[in-house]
Amino acid sequence: MMDMRKPLARVRGLGAAGEGVGHWWAQRVTAVALVPLSLWFVISVVMLAGADYATMHAWVAQPWVSVLLILFIIATLHHAQLGMQVVIEDYVSTPLLRMASILLVKAVAVVLVVAAVLALLQVALGG
Amino acid sequence: MAQFRLPKNSRIGKGREFPAPEGARNVKRFRVYRYDPDSGGNPVMDTYHLDLDDCGPMVLDALIKIKNEIDPTLTFRRSCREGICGSCAMNIQGGNTLACTQAISDFRGDIAVYPLPHMAVVKDLVPDMERFYAQYAAVEPWMKTETATPPDRERLQSPAERARLDGLYECILCACCSTACPSYWWNGDRYLGPAALLQAYRWIADSRDEATGERLDALEDPFKLYRCHTIMNCTQTCPKGLNPARAIGEIKKLMVERR
Repeated sequence: MMDMRKPLARVRGLGAAGEGVGHWWAQRVTAVALVPLSLWFVISVVMLAGADYATMHAWVAQPWVSVLLILFIIATLHHAQLGMQVVIEDYVSTPLLRMASILLVKAVAVVLVVAAVLALLQVALGG
Repeated sequence: MAQFRLPKNSRIGKGREFPAPEGARNVKRFRVYRYDPDSGGNPVMDTYHLDLDDCGPMVLDALIKIKNEIDPTLTFRRSCREGICGSCAMNIQGGNTLACTQAISDFRGDIAVYPLPHMAVVKDLVPDMERFYAQYAAVEPWMKTETATPPDRERLQSPAERARLDGLYECILCACCSTACPSYWWNGDRYLGPAALLQAYRWIADSRDEATGERLDALEDPFKLYRCHTIMNCTQTCPKGLNPARAIGEIKKLMVERR
């Protein structure tokens, strides 16, 4: 279909969505939160290198370790799906494909968060 | 999808070669993008050998010399030749800038001249600026007030309030920044681009304007504003030395502040 609209009509499009700041802010907040969380996670795992299953299990089962691990998982996947959404919006311009890929990424993130948190809770609560 | 290769009818072929005049000693080669919509052919790069001993110091001088003395069909925009009109913005040796303020002596070797990147080309170095100007119009770049003007004087502004417009009001809308921005390349149909957003902030930052909230409302959108990923090409390329990325950052800060 030929687009006979004037350039101003095309630029204005459907108007401002009235959102975007929440997404932008959440990406910054999770990024900052991930600085200490990632440092803690990497250092801990390096220090536990070579540990057997029982040691690892006991480490994860400690309450504050479980709490930090759950926070780390949520922050990482929330940050990742926010970032992936931006990348897809940047490069995928076919509307249906764009929406489908964003939904897929978000679904994968949700599944991973739920699975990881459930696993951690089972360990923490002695499952 | 974002286009990473030029479409078939935009791929650049080899063009003609114009040798230097007899006896020229200080020869510089200018490779210039040529596209003639009437010919039906693909764009080509023509090569002009110029005698710099008989040419002004700026790239625009070279282009004018080519047009006047070698090839009158070369088409480009120019007006003020002193960096204030913004007409001669083009991509010179890989960077967007104004041909009139870009010294030839800044480059060693050949100088390649292209139109502003990722714009529809009207002819040679002339891009289609319609959408760019519409984006400027879309930010409503004029003062909006409800309070009446004082009957006996101008709307007052403190020196500090006026100083906030420095680095914003100098923008000449040459489009170097927007056309250097990858986000603008991929999503220029929805992203307003650094030039229009710097202009939007120029009015948001104006202490006399009474529509700040509406202006922010009009920008709060994942595409209109938030396609800016602080790539900083805009700031790096601005021939006026302005910082559109900072202006966009200030808008984002205000968006958070008013939550």
